[in-house]
Amino acid sequence: MALTFSWIAVVIIIATSVGLLLVRDWRTSIIMLSIQYVAMFILCLQHLPLGMASVKVVAGWMSAAILGMTRSGLSIPDVDEENNWPRGRLFRIFAAGMVGIIIAGVTSRVNAVMADAGIAVSAGSLLLIGMGLLHLGLTANILRITIGLMTILSGFEILYTAVEGSILVAALLAVIILGLALVGSYLMLASNAKEAESV
Amino acid sequence: MNAPTIWIIAPAIFAILLFFITNQRALSILGGTMAVALALTAQFVPIETAMQVGSFSLKIDSTLSILGRALIIQPTEGPMLALIYGAASLWFFGAEASNTATRIVPFGLMIIALMVASIAVQPFLFAALFIEMAILLSIPLVTSIYTPPGRGVVRFLIYQTLAMPFILLAGWLLIGVETSPGDLALAAQSATMLGLGFAFLLAIFPLYNWVPMLVEETSPFIAGFIFWLLPTITIIFGAGFLDRYSWLRSSPELIIALRFTGLLMVVTGGLFAAFQRNLGRIMAYGTIADTGFSILALSLDSRLGIPILLLLIPARALGTAVWSLSLTVIKEHSETMRFGASRGILRIAPFAGTGIILATLSTGAFPLLAGFPARFALWEGLSRDSISAALWMGIGIIGLLTSAFRSLAVITMAEEYTSWQPRESLTQMLMLGLGMIGLFILGLFPQTMQFFLSNLPTMFEHLGR
Repeated sequence: MALTFSWIAVVIIIATSVGLLLVRDWRTSIIMLSIQYVAMFILCLQHLPLGMASVKVVAGWMSAAILGMTRSGLSIPDVDEENNWPRGRLFRIFAAGMVGIIIAGVTSRVNAVMADAGIAVSAGSLLLIGMGLLHLGLTANILRITIGLMTILSGFEILYTAVEGSILVAALLAVIILGLALVGSYLMLASNAKEAESV
Repeated sequence: MNAPTIWIIAPAIFAILLFFITNQRALSILGGTMAVALALTAQFVPIETAMQVGSFSLKIDSTLSILGRALIIQPTEGPMLALIYGAASLWFFGAEASNTATRIVPFGLMIIALMVASIAVQPFLFAALFIEMAILLSIPLVTSIYTPPGRGVVRFLIYQTLAMPFILLAGWLLIGVETSPGDLALAAQSATMLGLGFAFLLAIFPLYNWVPMLVEETSPFIAGFIFWLLPTITIIFGAGFLDRYSWLRSSPELIIALRFTGLLMVVTGGLFAAFQRNLGRIMAYGTIADTGFSILALSLDSRLGIPILLLLIPARALGTAVWSLSLTVIKEHSETMRFGASRGILRIAPFAGTGIILATLSTGAFPLLAGFPARFALWEGLSRDSISAALWMGIGIIGLLTSAFRSLAVITMAEEYTSWQPRESLTQMLMLGLGMIGLFILGLFPQTMQFFLSNLPTMFEHLGR
C-alpha cells in the first residue's frame, strides 16, 4: 500500500515539476508548488514519522503562501520569457524529457548508494532535483528562481530523510525553506521597486 | 552559563535589538564594542574551567543541547572566536565611516553568530545548514528593498544554496567510507560530492562569476564583509573535514586537487585582477586569489600548512576591511569605480586611495605589509614540494601586483595643476589611517599575532601536529 502511494507521489511530482516549467501564471505555479509539497510529504513518510514529515509539508505550504501573498501584492505583470530562444514550451518539454531519461538511468544506482531508500523515493527526489536545476537554468524571474531552489531542496530533503532522521536537521531545513521564501519575497519586492517607480 | 549562549545566542539577540536603532554612530560603537567584548572574553575567559570571582565560583560549560543535538564550543576554540569577533569589530567600527551601519551591524552580528554556530554544531556536518542560514540572512544585507537585485546577488544565492545539499550528502557518504574504507567507489563518490559542495561554497573557478558582480551591485564595504567572513569560516569547516577523516587527510589525490584548485584561484584571480579596468572588480579578484592562498596552505604538510592558514586569516581580515572601506569612500566621490571615473581620485580621497593601494599590495605579498609573512612562508613551503607550483603562484602574485600599480597609476593621474581637495570625513580618515597602520604592523611584526595564533592549531585534533 505504502509503495503504491509512493508511486502516486512520483506521478504527482512529474506532473507538478513539469507543470512548473510550463505554466506562466504565478497563481498556478504557487498551487503546483503546494501540491508538490504534498507529494514530498508522502515520500518522506516512508522514512519519517508522521509528525516530522508534517513539519516539511507545513513549512512548504507556509513558504508557498509567503511567495503567493507577496506576488499578489505586486503590480508588475509576469515577465514573458517565451519570446527568447530557447525558452519556448516545446523546448521546455524536450528538456524535461531529457532530465527524465537521465533520472530513469541513474535512479537505481543512487538508490543503492542511499542505503536502499526505495526506488520510488529516489526517483521522486531526483526528479525534483533535476527539474529544479532545469528551472534555474531557464529563468531569471525571482519568483521562478525561488521556486526552482525550493524544488531542488525538497528533492534533497526526501533523499536525506532516508539517511538522517535528526529532529534538529528537520527543524533547520524547515527554517531554511521558510527563509528562502522570505528572501524570495524580499527580492521580489526589491525588483518591483524600480518597476513601480517607472510606472 | 554555557559558551554557545555567550558567543552565539547573546550576539544574535543583541543584533535583533540593534535593528531598532537608526543612528549610524551609535550602531557602529555598540556593534564594535560588543564584538570586542566577545573577542576579549573568548581570548581570556577559559571554558570548562572553574573561576573564583569573590565568593562565587563561575564555570562556563562548553555544551548547549538543542533538539537532541549539541552546540559545543571547545576550550581550544576560544582563540578562533577571538579572531572572528576581533575581525568583525573592524567592520563594525568602520561601518559609520562607510555609512552602512544600519545594515552591516545588526545583520553582520547575526551572520557571525550563525557562522560560529556552524563551527560549534555537533555532528559537525550540520554546519552546512547554519552556513545556509547565514547566506539567506546575507541577502537583505547585500541588497536594498528599494533597488532591484542584480544578477550577482541572485547567483550568490543560487550557488551558495546549492552547496548545502552536496555537503550534507557528502558527510553522510563519508561516514560510509569510514566504516568500509576499502570501498573505493564510495570514497570517490563522497570526495566528488564534497568537492562540488566546497566549490560552490568557496566560489572556486569557474563558479566565482558572482563575486565581481556583487562588488558592483552593493556597497563594497558590505561585499568585503561577505568576502572575508564566508570563505574564512568555510575554510575552517573544510579543514575540519580533513581533521576528522584520516583517509581524506592522507589521500595524495586530495592534496593534488587542493593544490591545483588553489593555484587555479591564485593565478586566475591575479591575472584577471591585472586586466580589470574597475577598482571594485580588482578587489573581487583579489579576494578570489586570497581564497586560493588559503586552499594552497591546506595542500601543504599540515604541520606547516595549518599555521600558515591561520596566519592568513588576520591579514585577510584587515586587508579586506581597509580595501572595502577605501572603495566605499571612493565610490562616494566618483560616479563609478571604473578607471575612467576614478582618475585622479587620490587628490580628493588621499586616505582611501592609499588604502586601496596598500591593501592590493598586501594581497599581492608586497614586503612590509600584512599579507607578506604568510604568503612568503606559503611560497617557500610550496617551492619545497614543487617548483612549478611555486612558479604558478608567482604568476598570480605578479598579476595582483600589476593590478596594484595600475590602480596607483589611475588614481594619481590628475590633470596638471589640479589642487588637492580632500573630501574624506574625519571618521573615514581615522578608520583608514588606523587600518593602514595595522597593515604595516602585521607586516613588520607578524609575531604580534602569535599571541592569538600560537594555540589555535589545537582546535584541530590531528592537523597541525
